[in-house]
This record gives sequence, structure tokens and C-alpha cells, in this order.
Amino acid sequence: MTKPRTMLEIAGLEKSFGEVQVLKSIDLKVQEGELVFVIGPSGSGKSTMLRCCNRLEEPTSGSIFIDGQRITDIPHRDLDRMRLKVGMVFQGFNLYPQMSVLKNVMLAQVKALKRSKAEAEARALEMLDQVGLKHKAGAMPAELSGGQQQRVAIARALALDPQVMLFDEPTSALDPELVGSVLKVMKGLREKGMTMLVVSHEMQFAREAADRVVFMDQGYVAEQGTPEEIFGAPKSERLKTFLSRVSHGDVEAEAD
Amino acid sequence: MRFLETFFNGQVILNYLPDLVHAMGVTLGLAAATIVTGILCGAALACLRVAGLKVVNFFIIVFADIMRALPPLVLIMILFFGMSSLGLNLSGWTVIYIVLSLVLAAFSEEIFWGGLTSIPAGQWEAGRATGLSRAQTLFHITFPQAARRGIPPLVNRVLATTKLTALGSVIGVKEILSVSSSAQSFSGSATPLTMAAIAYLIIFIPAVILSHWIERRYHFAT
Amino acid sequence: MDTFIQTFFNIDIMMQAFPLLMKGAVMTLKLCAVVILCGLTGGLMLALAALSPRRFLRWSAIGFIDLFRALPPLVLLVFVYSGLPFAGIRLAPFWAVVIAFFLNNSAYFAEVFRAGINAVPKGQTEAARATGLSGPQTLIHVVLPQAIRNVLPDLLSNTVEVVKLTSLASVVSLSELLYNANMARSVTYNSSPLVLAAGMYLVLLWPLVRVVSRYQRGLSSSH
Repeated sequence: MTKPRTMLEIAGLEKSFGEVQVLKSIDLKVQEGELVFVIGPSGSGKSTMLRCCNRLEEPTSGSIFIDGQRITDIPHRDLDRMRLKVGMVFQGFNLYPQMSVLKNVMLAQVKALKRSKAEAEARALEMLDQVGLKHKAGAMPAELSGGQQQRVAIARALALDPQVMLFDEPTSALDPELVGSVLKVMKGLREKGMTMLVVSHEMQFAREAADRVVFMDQGYVAEQGTPEEIFGAPKSERLKTFLSRVSHGDVEAEAD
Repeated sequence: MRFLETFFNGQVILNYLPDLVHAMGVTLGLAAATIVTGILCGAALACLRVAGLKVVNFFIIVFADIMRALPPLVLIMILFFGMSSLGLNLSGWTVIYIVLSLVLAAFSEEIFWGGLTSIPAGQWEAGRATGLSRAQTLFHITFPQAARRGIPPLVNRVLATTKLTALGSVIGVKEILSVSSSAQSFSGSATPLTMAAIAYLIIFIPAVILSHWIERRYHFAT
Repeated sequence: MDTFIQTFFNIDIMMQAFPLLMKGAVMTLKLCAVVILCGLTGGLMLALAALSPRRFLRWSAIGFIDLFRALPPLVLLVFVYSGLPFAGIRLAPFWAVVIAFFLNNSAYFAEVFRAGINAVPKGQTEAARATGLSGPQTLIHVVLPQAIRNVLPDLLSNTVEVVKLTSLASVVSLSELLYNANMARSVTYNSSPLVLAAGMYLVLLWPLVRVVSRYQRGLSSSH
């Protein structure tokens, strides 16, 4: 058996906003085909870490590697090409309101990947089919429910054939009854072998689907392990406190 | 009856109608040239401002402020009289075209820029995260949304600016107001002024109604 | 370069013209005060009429607003100043300007007020009426304060427009700022007085334009 490939590696990542140090030295590896879940209280730097992985935030120091290539020192003009390899799904979907669903999924394919219109359209429809929304291709984003919008956003990222997918609280802006449809799509992706790094509060989903769970606290990776280890036998006091608060339903208060 | 004789004298109308129709053409042409130049320059300035170059932005802001704060007639006079004493004789038409285009550019720059700053950061991030460059994100994603938001105020500003073409009468541009003013003094009748008012209404009433329609439409669309 | 400075920034000529321009500026301010006050009052009345449930009142107000939004203010001014004497109505330049701009401004202010009133939620009126306030009381104490807050930046930018508009009075020989500056120009054969007048307009209006920009930016970034 060959050794699994490391798709995403974060080494000694630090990030400060002015005086405030949000990330204080993060080390994390994600193997090919792995689904890694990041949990932790709000303000622990989860989203910031994720956003450093495609340099929507500029790291203050440290390195990030995507498929072995260091992305933290590539010049700005090459950022666009790097970002094609890293798909990102946002909490607020960020679909383009003035374009149809199909155009949303096609735009970067045509403009950034330079695919032909026909090819981009075929690929877009394929991806929309994968997230169960092929019949909505002609709709405008405003006509869709939040869950549908988020699935379109996933299709938009997938259409660029990324090597890693980043999910930044993909379900926390959704009504509870719509969460399931998005998680189902993510599960499907995992079965297809997509490498995924997910920041989320969906603990139940983490338990079922994650290969590994990372607990972040105060700018550090405080603890990591399999879901059984993290949820079944938490070691640190902080993780225990966090999990008990989450199980008491305080997660909403934490999320904002 | 005397009222009709004064303001709607049939003979005077017949005499000056051809001149006035021609003048309407001048007004419309001047307005069209101003609208195209002004909006394109305004859009270009707003997009340039996105690049975030401090010195450039400073000059854009100062330009927009001055053009919005100064009465256009002051600018027109400075350009018309000042340039000729520098030996550069600009025609009245050119002066009006330049000044109104600058004014419209300043206002539309502010409108587009206001639209751009109101676009959620997530739209920029979504574009950049899918590998589009800054310029591509601006061109395909954020600017179209900003322009859409800017349509109602822009329509109002276009209306206000094109009505200023009447200032051409002050420096001898043969547009509606100046043609009818001189017709009024030649004929000794107020009728040409009534004709001018009607000519402007023919041009601008549809524009005003259109602006109501657009306002309602985009009000509910957002 | 030197001729450029001599033509536009001749300090001696500016100093000479300054007293005359100040006199013009005072007239401009006087004109502004009257015109703005008339415009605001007329605009509010028109807006209320345009929102009235009585169909005749509503449609006449809307017709009035659209008519005077469609006519260039200079056309109105020339019509009032040079046209009305044919009907035996002869007005001093000051009052011709006030009347012409009243017609124009109240139409513009009415549009602003109307948008502001429309943006106040229906529930506000219903709540006020349910607590026993009369129609006029509801309007004065509940609806208008919110409506005006809604459109404060627009009211302000409209006011800037009105001040700029007063420069048109120079066309009918009212000796306001621009008229006096142009007179100084024709006497001195030099454009510096016009530049000085531009400077004076800027001193008056630049702060307002800044405030309007700041205000609009603040509103847009808050949602």
C-alpha cells in the first residue's frame, strides 16, 4: 500500500490583526480523501485559519502547502491559479445575485480556467446534478432556499476541479430543516474521495462522517483525534467544557 | 383670447417651428454626447478607485467634490471666457459638452463607488476564491451589481444634467432655449418661449415617467 | 504657464474684485434662504398632496411635480422673467428668480419627501392611530420625523443643488455672486474674478458635499 498523499499542510501558521494575535502557531495535515472537521469556540481562529488556506487572509508567518506546493510565498499575480485548486464554500453562500444558477457555476470556469462555454455548461450541469439541483439551472439565486443556494455554491466550487475543499460554517446560516440537504451533498463528496477541511458546529455530522476532528482554542490546535477519541474521551478540560456547553445547546450563542 | 394671442400665436409658431425643431436636435445631440461621456468616465473613475492607489484616489475624490460643489454655470464661464483669453477658442457647444460631461462623470463616479462599497465583501471573496482576478471579479461580479443599485439615482442625475444643456443659451449654443429667446425678441411675442417649454416637455416628460418606472422597478427588485 | 496664472489667478485683480464679489455673495445667501425655505415648504405640501387618498388632489400634485421636473430651471426663469411681462405681469429679477425656482425646487423636494414618507412602515401609522392620535398628529409626531431622518442626505444634497442653481439668477441680471464676478471679468478683461467666485462657492458648498458623501457611505455600509 502506498503512503497516503498529504493534500494540505499547515505549518507554524500565525496570524495577527493589528495587535490581536488570532492564530498562534497552527500545525495541521490533511491527507488525500480525508474529511477533517474543525471545532472550537467562536473567536478561536477556525475561520481565519481556513481563509488563510487560499489566502483570502494573508498569514502573518508560517507556511501552507497544497499538494506539496508552498502557497504562502507565491506572488500575488499567481494567486488566482492557486485558488483554482482550492474550492471554498462560505457561510453566506455568496452567490452572484445578478446571474442565473447556471451562470454562477460557469463564470470562473470560462474566465479563470478558460474553458469553452459549451464545456463549462456541460460541467456546470453535471455538478448541479450532483448536488441535486440540475432542474434549477435557469433560476436566479433569490428564487432558491438557503439550502439550495449553498448547494449551488458547492457546485460552483466543484466545477473548477479543486484538489481540496474548504467549508466555512456551511450550514450555520441555514434554517434547521435545510441543513440536512447540504450535509448529504458533503457526505456524497467524501464518498467520492474529495479532500475536505470543514469548520462547522454540526457535531452529529462530525461524529458520523469525519475522519478526524480538530479542536481549536485560543489560536492553537488544542487537541485532535478520531471522532471517537474527541467526543468519547476528551483529554483537556477546555474540550470537555466546550463539548458540554455544545450539548446543552449553547452552540448558537457560540456561533456569533 | 389675448392670452392665446400672446402665448400661442399661430403665425409665430409657423415661422419659428423649423428653427425650433433643429434646435431640439442640437439639444438632444448635446445631451446624448454628455450622457455617454459622463457615465463612461464616471464608471472608469469608480473602477480605478477600486485599485486603492492613495494618490490617484485623492485626486479622484477632489475632482468629484469640486465638480459636485461648483455651479456648472461658473465652470462654463471660466472655460468659455478664460480659454479664449489664453488664445484657445472653444466653441460654445464644446464648452457645454466638456463641463456637463465632467459634472456627470463626478456624480456618476460617486454613485458607482457608493454602489461598489455597498457590495458585501463575500461577493469579492467568492470571485477571488474561484480563481478570478481582481479585475475579472470587478468586471463580472461586483461592478454589474453596483451599477444596478446605482440606476435610480443615476437616472435622476442624468435628467438633471441634460436639462443643464439650456445653459448653452448663455454662451450662444443654438439649442432650444437660445433659439427661442432670440425668436422671442425678434417677434416681440412670448409664443417662442411657450414653444421652448413645450419642446422641453416633449423631450423630458417621457424621461421623467421612465424615471418613475425605473425607480419603482428597482425599488422592489432589491 | 505664466499667462495661465495671469489669466486665472491674478491676485491683484482678485483683490480689486473681492468687495464686489462679497456683495454678490450676500445676495446669493439671501436668495438661498428665501428659495430653500419656499422649496422645503412647497415640497412638503406637494408631497402630502401626492400621497393624499383624494384622487383629484393626488393626480394634480403628481402632474405638477412631473411638469416642473421636466422643465429646465433656466427655461422656467426666462419664461417667468421675459415671458410673463407679455401678459402684463412684470416682476423684479429677485422675485422672478424666487418664483421660477419655487416651482422647480418644490417639485424636487416633494420627490424627496415622498420617498421618505413612503419608507416609513405602515405599522407606524397604524400603531399611532390605534393609540388614539389623529391623522395630522400621527403625521407630525410619528411619520414625518422618521421620514425626514430617512431622507436627510437627499434633502441635504438637494439643498446643495439649490444653492448652485441660484447662479442662474445672473442670467436675468440679478447681482448675485456669479453676476458680479462676470461683471468684474468684463471690466478687467480677465477671468480671475470668475475663479475667485468659484472659490467662494467651494468654501460654501464643499463642506456640504463632503457631509453628503460621508452620510451616504455611512448608510450604505450599515446594511
